[in-house]
This record gives sequence, structure tokens and C-alpha cells, in this order.
Amino acid sequence: MKLTKTLLASTALTVAGASAFADGHMANEMTIVSWGGAYSKSQQLAYHDPYMEKTGVSIINDESSAEAVSKLRAMNEAGNVTWDVVDVVAADALRLCDEGLAMEIDADEVLANGDDGSTATEDFGELLVGDCFIPQIVYSTTFGYRTDMVGDTPPTDVCAVFDTETYPGKRALEKRSINNMEWALICDGVAKDEVYDVLETEEGQQQALDKLATIKDDVIWWSAGADTPQLLADGEIVMGSTYNGRLFSVIEEQNQPVAMLWDAQIFDLDGWIIPTGLSPERQARALDYVRFATDTQRLADQAKYISYGPARKSSAPLVGQHAELGIEMAPHMPTDPENAKNTFLYNYEFWADYRDDIEAKFQAWLAQ
Amino acid sequence: MTDRSAAETTGPDQFIGATPDNALRNAERADAGPVLAADGTPLKKSLNRALRLSKLRALMLIAPLLIFVVVTFIAPIADMLFRSVENNIVADTLPRTIAALDDWDETTGNPPDNATFEALYKDMYRAVEAKAHTRLGSRLNYELTGMSSLFRKSGRKVEDMGEVFQDQFEDLDGFWKDGENWNALMGTDSWLAAMEGWDTSDKKGQPPFEMRDGLAAMLPQTATAFQDYAQFIQRVDEKNLARQDPWALVYSALYNDLTSGADVSGYTGPAVAELQAAAAAVDGFETVDYRAAFVDIDEDWADPEVWKTVRLYGPNLTNGYFLNAVDMQKTPQGVEMRPENQQIYITLFWRTLVMSLAITGMCILLGYPVAWLLANLPARSANLLMILVLLPFWTSLLVRTSAWKVMLQQQGVVNDTLVWYHSTAVGKILDPVVTLLMNVVIGALNAVVWIWNLLSGIWGAVDVELFTYAALGFERLALINNVTGTIIAMTHILLPFMILPLYSVMATIPPVYLRAAKSMGATNWTAFWRVYFPQSVPGIGAGSILVFILAIGYYITPEIVGGTKGVFISNRIAYHISSSLNWGLAAALGSILLAAVLLLYWAYDRIVGIDNVKLGG
Repeated sequence: MKLTKTLLASTALTVAGASAFADGHMANEMTIVSWGGAYSKSQQLAYHDPYMEKTGVSIINDESSAEAVSKLRAMNEAGNVTWDVVDVVAADALRLCDEGLAMEIDADEVLANGDDGSTATEDFGELLVGDCFIPQIVYSTTFGYRTDMVGDTPPTDVCAVFDTETYPGKRALEKRSINNMEWALICDGVAKDEVYDVLETEEGQQQALDKLATIKDDVIWWSAGADTPQLLADGEIVMGSTYNGRLFSVIEEQNQPVAMLWDAQIFDLDGWIIPTGLSPERQARALDYVRFATDTQRLADQAKYISYGPARKSSAPLVGQHAELGIEMAPHMPTDPENAKNTFLYNYEFWADYRDDIEAKFQAWLAQ
Repeated sequence: MTDRSAAETTGPDQFIGATPDNALRNAERADAGPVLAADGTPLKKSLNRALRLSKLRALMLIAPLLIFVVVTFIAPIADMLFRSVENNIVADTLPRTIAALDDWDETTGNPPDNATFEALYKDMYRAVEAKAHTRLGSRLNYELTGMSSLFRKSGRKVEDMGEVFQDQFEDLDGFWKDGENWNALMGTDSWLAAMEGWDTSDKKGQPPFEMRDGLAAMLPQTATAFQDYAQFIQRVDEKNLARQDPWALVYSALYNDLTSGADVSGYTGPAVAELQAAAAAVDGFETVDYRAAFVDIDEDWADPEVWKTVRLYGPNLTNGYFLNAVDMQKTPQGVEMRPENQQIYITLFWRTLVMSLAITGMCILLGYPVAWLLANLPARSANLLMILVLLPFWTSLLVRTSAWKVMLQQQGVVNDTLVWYHSTAVGKILDPVVTLLMNVVIGALNAVVWIWNLLSGIWGAVDVELFTYAALGFERLALINNVTGTIIAMTHILLPFMILPLYSVMATIPPVYLRAAKSMGATNWTAFWRVYFPQSVPGIGAGSILVFILAIGYYITPEIVGGTKGVFISNRIAYHISSSLNWGLAAALGSILLAAVLLLYWAYDRIVGIDNVKLGG
């Protein structure tokens, strides 16, 4: 009978465990989804730790932001959303909002006022894209190059990427159409303010692909943000695109012979969304967290650990020195005037409308 | 029964003694009416019950596993595969449009009539409220480029389209502005009373809307539109219906009802005066040309191709995803190949197959000698070797793949070693020698070709390309981000799956067979090829099946080292699942892959025989 008892006991335990799991959350836990790596670390130090200390809520980190849209869609279909707050880029936030997978936010009601007294709407300004997105940082996708592989004439122009004669060697580009198509058109002689008009047409899309085809054999296509820094550090490529914060850590933290090519950097936003379908208690807690994590001081704090610009105007004066390296962070921000001489703002509406079309063409082109 | 000796049990009674089976048979043989059990029921019945109980107990023991497998493995796979043909989204989102399109004659080359556009307005309005139109646009974009942006653009503007009616009703009488008035008109008295008594802090407790009797008969379109509005606000938005104002859609429906001869003269319910005033006024209302309004948003709505695509993908089941998965496309003109610059899947399937076979072949070549050593070395050295074989199993897959990246990249270990070798004294001496030898061989081969040509009557020089290291790209070999990288890394990662079955089969082959063969005069090769090898074939079979089936579905290693040319179909499936969100196509590709593996397994069974596969012993 001992065996029977053991069996019964373990079955009971499994059932109890499973039901606890199905419930998803202990009373005092919340799951926050982000990108992992140095970025999650900066959030842990600037947001999660102080919040846990203040409220006693324990935060579980999930590093699934790259698949956030597909996973949220699946969770929504299954009727069991296990995430409380999700960190996504603005384009994904728009997509989630369009499909009703993210909760609509009234910025002034949900978010704290700035330290300088401005309302949230004023403080975030035009960065409040869509109805669901709560901006957190401004980052840019830009190029870094090996200073020891470009001879005496370091590149100053983004079109150096397409100039394999002056700068021989491999380049790293992201394995998707967004950003690459814009750069290709700019370097094919299209004026900056006409890029999206051209890209709207079939001929324009073909023109961009043709330009990319001139360097197709010289490109290593990356899909993870860590790829380009690794390739640069190993000397595999002469230049490559990635997020500016990744390049900062290669240059300043790892002291590699790499420099930034800020020209034609493309600004993008990253921030929070709260999924729909949470219970009222979980939703209230998620809103409370987001209010805390996006106040003026918290956003400025994050810039101590990573070189992404805070999304609030009122946070900018509070950006200080790197917590460990002790260097001034302001000159490393993509929004610094010295770096932002020639910039490009990700056109959310255009890409929301044309992403399906252009991405399908680009992927087919890539595979051939 | 005691008088029957145990020795009398015959036939199937292999077990002698009082087993339930023997008892049953003995009872039958006794042929003296049913034998009764102690409680008076026939023994047969009682025994059957006991047997059923033990069977049930056995089933209950495996039930947790069975349920686990069904719930977590078979059901999700079946659900995923079903997505490859499921196409509810079009009919669910545009039900009225699909119905209206039935009457459209697409051969005229004209877009459908105004009624279809009006149906589209009604469907789109609801879809925009429910946020379903962007997904529908993405879905139709798989079949016709431009559909996604068309639906998004229209979705942004469709809410304004019917506002003409709303404004006119509201200008006519302020009564129509207020949601409360609408509720009083449309809802039953008992529902209105329940709304009054509802404690608004209890969000889930809002009394569901009930339509007043007779309204659906008098104002059919308005009733439907209002019902949908009320249901959406209460259920989906979870807002207080008393505080909301109706959709513009409700106003256009009311206009339609009143202009199409709704008889409100006999109506006696609430707001009778306002309703009758409206009925009198609507004939003078400005109206909306839905067709012009849609074409104004985007002229693609005037393109019959758009409508043909909507109609073509109206049914709830589709073969569109499967056609897409083999680079084909269902068009209004029938099934045809996709444009050449979009054809990628057949190439990818073929590449996956060829590369998986190449990897399996490499694993056999490299694994066979290792397995032979394992089986034939003394135990001490064999154990050490075995640990080396198993070591990769204990290392993370990502670590192993990343290690290959370090090894194979252009500035990696292999290339650095080669560059270093060419710079050493040995390399400097050997390089010219190798170059010379290679060129002698090339020269000789060309001479043969030249003579052959001469004999065949062709007179002319043969193009000779001399060997140089530079021509080989020798400075830095491209070993990664291409097919080579994938094959090297995957061969290494899958090698243990070849070695272990081979070893377990070889360990059972007695070494005396080889000695016997040699003692009878066989050479080493003959003894191996005629005696040893045939006995090891079952191991090769088992290893090949394992390696091939694992390889064909591999994802992470090709993703990291394969670049664009060395990726498998599984990478495409992953892309469609997590990035492009085309789950239907991913499911179709997955189904084809599954079918291909089953087909190959079946072919293998017919040719080699699955009984000849051994994992051991």
C-alpha cells in the first residue's frame, strides 16, 4: 500500500502544481518581457530593483521580446495571457495595437507628469505613436566600422557601405527590409524626403533591391543585435549596422578599434505595452509599474547603464555619467546634436502599410 | 472441477493450474450449464468483470501518459496542421460582402455594384471596431500584393464614411445625438430598468442589452446594427452602454430603413414623434455613394482583381497555403506558378533534402571508423573514446555551434592556421612544389583532352587554367555563412547519433568471423567487405534514419552558420511563425515536410526493411 500512497501523494502534488501554474501568477508576481543582455540589465538596475524594493512585488524576467507579437497572438488565441508588461519596438506595438492585442493607453491618465511639471503628452511629445505604446527610449540603428581596416580615409558617409572599392571587405546588414531599403535608395541618389514616396512603388522597391544586389556577395546578414559587435570585434567585417547601444559597448566597454558612423542613423523607439485580457488586478499592477518605470528620474537612470536616449524631454538634463565607466553619457546618445546632423526617422505609418509587401519581396530576393 | 486432473488441460492451456482462462475453458468443457460463482452469477460473467477491471486498471496506469501525449503533442500538432487549410477569416470578417459578391459577374471587367460596396462598408465598419481588418489585409496580401495597405488605409477612413447620415439626423433633432435616447428607443423596458439598478462598480455585471419587441420587424437594419453595437460595447469593450453614443453605422442603417419604406405610422413606442419626423425628413437627406467613397480612399477598390481575390478566398477552407508552399498561386484564371522572383520554396525543399543527405553521408564516412574502433579497441581505450563521443551530448547545442563560428570564420582558427602555414618555412618550400605538381597534373589532363579532341577531329587549343592558391581563394577560405558551414557544423553535431547505433550493432559482431574469413584465404578487404560490412548494415540504417530525420528539421545551426544559402526549409517555417506571422503558410510547409519524412520512411522500409534496423543487440 506504500506504493499506492506514494502514487496518490505525487499525483496530488502534480495536480496542485499544475493548478498553481495554470493560475499563472502568485499573488505578488509579475512577468516582464524584454530583450535580454545589457538592455535587460539596465532595466533591472534602473526600474525593476527600485520597484521591487518599493512595492514588494517580485518581477520575473522573460527575454522573448523578439517574438513578442507571435507569442502574444498565440496566448490571446489560447485565452491565457501570462505576460504583464512587454517591451517592444514601436512598430511591433502598432501591430499589436492594430490587432487589439495591446491595451489602449491614455497617456496623461496613465503616465506620471514630468519633473518639470509638464504633462506626459507634452513631455513625450511626438514619440507617443499609436494608441497603445508607452515610449521608453530612443535608439538608433547605425553603422560602426573598424578603424584599422579603412586606411587613412575613415568613412563619413553612409554610402561607404555600398562602396566596396574604397572599403573592401564584408559588411553586416540586418536580415530584413526595414532600414536597408531606405539606405539603398539614399545611396542610389534618391533625396531623403522622397525615399518613402519612391519606396511605395514597385519600381522603387526594385530600385532598392538592385542597389542592395551590388553588395549582396559582400554582406553577412544578421538577425541578433549581438552579431555585428561580434563580427566587428573579430575583424570579420569592415563595417556593419546595429543598435547604437551595442556599438557603445564594443567601443567603450571592450575597447575594440571600432568607431561610429552616425551618418543617416535611423531613429526608432522602444517602450512598453500592456497586453489585453489581463485580470483587473494584474492590469492595475501593470499600470502601476509602467507609471513608476517611465517617470523622469527612472528614464534618466537607465541612461547610466546603456547609451540609449530617454524618451522624456524632462529626463535629458538628468542624464549623467556611466555607472561603471564614469564617462559622460550625453555625447554617446543618438540624439546628441553632434551625432544627429543627418538622421532619419522610422516612418511607422509607411511600414505598417507596406511591411507585408516589401518584406515578402526582400526575403524572396535574399533566398535566391 | 476438482475431479479434473491438471494434465487434462490441452490446446491453448499452456499454463497448468487454476488460471482464470483454464477455469473458463474447463467450465465450457463441463457442458453442464453455466458454472456459478460463489455469489450466484455465472462464472463467465464474473470472470469477465474481473478481467475488465484489471484491463481498466492497466489503462488507468498509462492514462496520465496517454493524456499527456494527446494534450501536449498530438492535439497541438493537429491544430497547427489544420491551419494550413483553414481560411475562416475572410468569411468571418466580410460576411455581407461575400454574400453580395455572389451576384457579381466578374467577366464584365467592372467592379461590383453599389450594393456590394455598401455591404463592404457595413463589414469594414464592424471589422475596424473589432480590430480585425488589419489581419484580414495581411491574409489577403499573401495572395495579392497591396491588399494589406489597402485594408489599413480604408480602415482608417471608413469610420468617417457614414458620418453624413449621423450629422443629418443630429441636425434634424438633437434627440439623435444622445446614446441614452437611443437606448430608450431600442431597449426593452425591463432592460432599461435593470440598467438603472446596475451597480457600475461591478464591471462584469452589466445587464445584457435586450431589443424591444417589434423593432426588428419595423427597422430591420437598424435593429441589427444597434444589436451589434450594443453587444460590442458591453462584451468586448466592457464599457457602460448608457454612456456611449451609437456608431455611425447605426445612423446609416436607420437612413436605409426609413428610405426603403419602413412603416412607422403605426408605431406607438417611445420617441414616436422623433421617429416620425425623421421618416418624413429622410427623403431630403444627402446620401453617400459608397463606391465613390471607397475608390476615393484608394483607387485599387475599382480594380476587379481586388474583388476577384476577395471572392476567391471567401470559402472557409483553402488550398492557397499549400499552393504557396510549392511556389504556386490560385488566381482567378486558375492555378499558376508564382512570378520567378517569388519562387523560393521548391528550391528550399530540394536544398534541405540534398543537404540532409550530404550530412548523413558525411556522418557515415566519419562515424563508421570511429564506431569500429570503439567496438574493437580494448575496454580501457574504448571507454575513453566513448567519453569523447558523448562529450558533445553534454555541451549545449548553441555553444557547439558558436564554437564552429569561431573555428570557421574568415579570421577564425582554421583560416589563421592556413595563413600561418603559408608563411612558415615549410609552407614556403611546399607551396611552389604543390603548385608545380598540381599544374603538371592539370597539364597532363589537358593533354589527354587535346589528344581526344584531335582524334575526334576537333583541332584547337584547350583552355588551360593553371592552379594557383589565389585562384582557390586560399588566402582566406569562405567556410561559414554558406552551405559548407552548415554541412560541417551539422555533421559534427549529429555525428554521435550515427556512431552510437553503429557501435551497438558492431559490438555484437563476433571478431572470430573476420579471423575465420582470413584463415580461409580472404584478403583484409574481402574479409571486411564480404563478412563484416554486411553485418554492420543494420547499424548504418538506424544511424542514417536518425541523422537524416534530425537533419531535415534542423533549425538553429543553419540559422547561425548558414548565411542565406545554407539555410533549411525549417528556417523559413520559423520565419513565418515568429516574424511574418503567416501561420497558414508555415503550417503548410510543415505538413509537406512531415509528409516527405513519412514518405521517405516508407520508401526506406520497402527498400531496406525496417526490421533490418537495429539500435542495439
